Amino acid sequence: MKKLIISLTLTSLFSASVLAEKVAIVGGTMHTLSKQGSVTDKALLIDGERIKAIVDINAIPKDYRQIDAADKVVTPGLIGAQTQLGLEEVGSWAGTVDASVSPSDYSPYGAALDVSYALNPASSLIPVARIEGVTSAATSINYTHAMFKGQGAILSLGEGDNLVRPQAFTRIDVSNNGADDASGSRAALWPVLENALAEVEARNGRKLALSAEYHGQLNPADINALLAVVAGDEPLLIGAHRVADIKQVIALKQRHPKLNVVLLYATEGWMLAKEIAVANIPVILNPESNLPYSFDQLAATMANAGRLADAGVMVSIGVETHNIRLMTQHAGNAVANGLSWIDGLAALTINTAKIYGIDNDYGSLEAGKVADVVIWNGDPLEVMNAPENVIIHGKQIDMVSRQTKLRDRYLNRDAKLPVQFQH
Amino acid sequence: MFKTSLKSPVLLGTLVVATGLLSGCGDDTKPQQAPFVDINQNPFPSTYKALPSQKIAFTHVNLLDGLGGQIANATLLMADGKIQQLGESLEIPDGYTVIDGKDKWLTPGIIDVHSHLGVYASPSTGSHSDGNEATNPVTAQVWSEHSVWPQDPGFGRALAGGVTVLQILPGSANLVGGRSVTVKNLPNRTVQDMKFPDAPYGLKMACGENPKRVYGKKGGPSTRMGNVAGYRQAWADAQDYQRSWDKYTEEYKAGKNPKAPKRDLRLETLAGALKGDIKVHMHCYRADDMGTMMDVMKEFGYQITSFQHAVEAYKIADKLAENKVCSAMWADWWGFKMEAYDGIRENIAMVDKAGACAIVHSDSDLGIQRLNQEAAKALGDGQRAGINISKAHAWQWLSSNPAKSLGIFDKTGSLEVGKNADLVLWSTDPFSTYAQAEKVYIDGGLAFDRDDPSRWPVSDFELGQPGEGDSK
Repeated sequence: MKKLIISLTLTSLFSASVLAEKVAIVGGTMHTLSKQGSVTDKALLIDGERIKAIVDINAIPKDYRQIDAADKVVTPGLIGAQTQLGLEEVGSWAGTVDASVSPSDYSPYGAALDVSYALNPASSLIPVARIEGVTSAATSINYTHAMFKGQGAILSLGEGDNLVRPQAFTRIDVSNNGADDASGSRAALWPVLENALAEVEARNGRKLALSAEYHGQLNPADINALLAVVAGDEPLLIGAHRVADIKQVIALKQRHPKLNVVLLYATEGWMLAKEIAVANIPVILNPESNLPYSFDQLAATMANAGRLADAGVMVSIGVETHNIRLMTQHAGNAVANGLSWIDGLAALTINTAKIYGIDNDYGSLEAGKVADVVIWNGDPLEVMNAPENVIIHGKQIDMVSRQTKLRDRYLNRDAKLPVQFQH
Repeated sequence: MFKTSLKSPVLLGTLVVATGLLSGCGDDTKPQQAPFVDINQNPFPSTYKALPSQKIAFTHVNLLDGLGGQIANATLLMADGKIQQLGESLEIPDGYTVIDGKDKWLTPGIIDVHSHLGVYASPSTGSHSDGNEATNPVTAQVWSEHSVWPQDPGFGRALAGGVTVLQILPGSANLVGGRSVTVKNLPNRTVQDMKFPDAPYGLKMACGENPKRVYGKKGGPSTRMGNVAGYRQAWADAQDYQRSWDKYTEEYKAGKNPKAPKRDLRLETLAGALKGDIKVHMHCYRADDMGTMMDVMKEFGYQITSFQHAVEAYKIADKLAENKVCSAMWADWWGFKMEAYDGIRENIAMVDKAGACAIVHSDSDLGIQRLNQEAAKALGDGQRAGINISKAHAWQWLSSNPAKSLGIFDKTGSLEVGKNADLVLWSTDPFSTYAQAEKVYIDGGLAFDRDDPSRWPVSDFELGQPGEGDSK
């Protein structure tokens, strides 16, 4: 046991010392998710936090530490498309959950609630996710009991500075759930939403002082929080399931062409795939949801992702929190039901980066981008496979989590000693 | 221990004859006996009818027998609803339709021991919320089959995932939630149409957070110790009830004319569990909760057939093996409540490694569609942790171990001559994400065929709705 402890400590020291290191990932099949496509037997050069280049194996500079990826699969780090990472530890009956907000006088419409203040990089969920290849994620409030789900953020799952982008997006829901929160009917939800947007648009980008005398539907805090949304600088995620609601979302975008609309769920989206594509609205979905959980999800099918992609819709996959690591399985099942394999991988990486406007830095293996890289023992969408190495912001992480420690404690349990002393 | 199972017509017949003889002797010091009170143990009999059985020879197929065996390039003959023969390079007798299984895999049908299909049906409206009789911590008197809606579209989805048999349990709000029912995944008009003939009943019990959360402000229990007091008192009441019936039977046998005890449906089910006629399946996450329950089990002399969820089974796998309690587990669910916080991906493989009975379960209308993938994840994680398990061995988690825990292994759960032809033809290795169940047979009848939309089940609810008849 002591040997194990020493080796773990050394590993930690070692990885701490590799900060700003030069690393070459050598060989294997590299899916760049860039214009370069998928290449074999090349080397990915990482200098510090960023990717330097993809070069021939015989062109690796001498000062690069090499990681052998022969027979492996190399991909960009996975990006959780919609999570509550950093905002909750145990959701049910276990204390504070920052992903759930009671009605707030400060932000009656929920738009000004801001998770960037709530993120906890020490959450045990983060190592659990990152050792399985999830290197960054969009995270936001799930319940506000108000129209908007606050200001979501993009976080990195590496160590150090976790906040990639605050106020990265906001979210509303126009499905049955959203209607239930809005006086119980879409007939109330939509006019209120329309009025709110009109009110914010009328500000022409000008903020209100929080103490300003203002007689609109929204208060100044919510108005200010929505200025970037109506300008299209911040994506507006809209949860919708049924055809009629998706049509309303498309119509909303036509009325407010500046809005950067993203559909969330779009369970019956396949029935309107062309219209969604023409409206240039990307979709974040759970491809495994194929049951009519409510009357607005009757046409649910696992073929949804593939049919949307076939029509030209950009699809993103990865809606989960504790088990965001299963996003590869979700994508694999979308592939088993019609999505092309490379679109399945894109749905976990570059498409999500594009949706959140972080694709200059994330989502593909290209010179100049942040070095979030995963080395897999095989096809990442195969359920029996797993990452062997994960690099976040250029740093090779320890493949350790609370769960691996629990595993090792009980796998190697010494019956002569209470488990509390085995660490 | 004398059993008043009271289901034996032989016993009743003997008694009637004996009574006749006694009265024939004209011995009027003996009281005239009232008819013996015999309790019908099967008031809701199965009306299951198999689909027309096909006579098929699967050839060149990669076969997992569900017992740990694998045969490459196998042939399996199926007729009259049963497996007739299997092995390498068999002669194919006349009359068999040949299905070439080259590059395909053949396995026993998947058996899910933990489903709430039908009792928490889709759409998940309040009016479909029929899984928890959350009105009292001990509701042994309720039977899940009385809540099952056969039109739940979830049954068809599970079938497309290769599930041929499932146990439908009450929820986990109560210490004792009620009886479960084992069904064939071939819903028709009533629940009786899908009941697995002669399958024993199960009893759902629950440890830990749920009962104390539900009853904490409704008169208790509000703590784990309150939970345990609740189980023990319920068992003690059941013992007392059983003794009253035993006394009745003994006195009747002795020629007396005792008054039969009043039936108590709650205690009748609990007494059935104590006797072993009803199998106990207990929702339990934490190692310490399971440890306590194995002592309660010994105190009252019953057997816990399985711990359901058993998220911390890996911590006490040796004790589970020793006490012959199965663990029905997820591959990787964790963290959604405190008692699930220590979930690890190697749980299933570590339980298996300890020689304990491991089962992959779903407790989910989505998970049940991909139990093969759940087993695959557990296998991959186990192998990476250095636990040497083969795919053939792992398939036991999906068919034979669940069949044993449900008491139906004599009929299904493995590919053996004479067993029910419950089997799945997979498009490729079922431990791959991309594998799909191409054909699913229940008792030799074709219940699902991915290539034939006429064999895609469409529930009444789905008729006339958007997406009717679509591939799901």
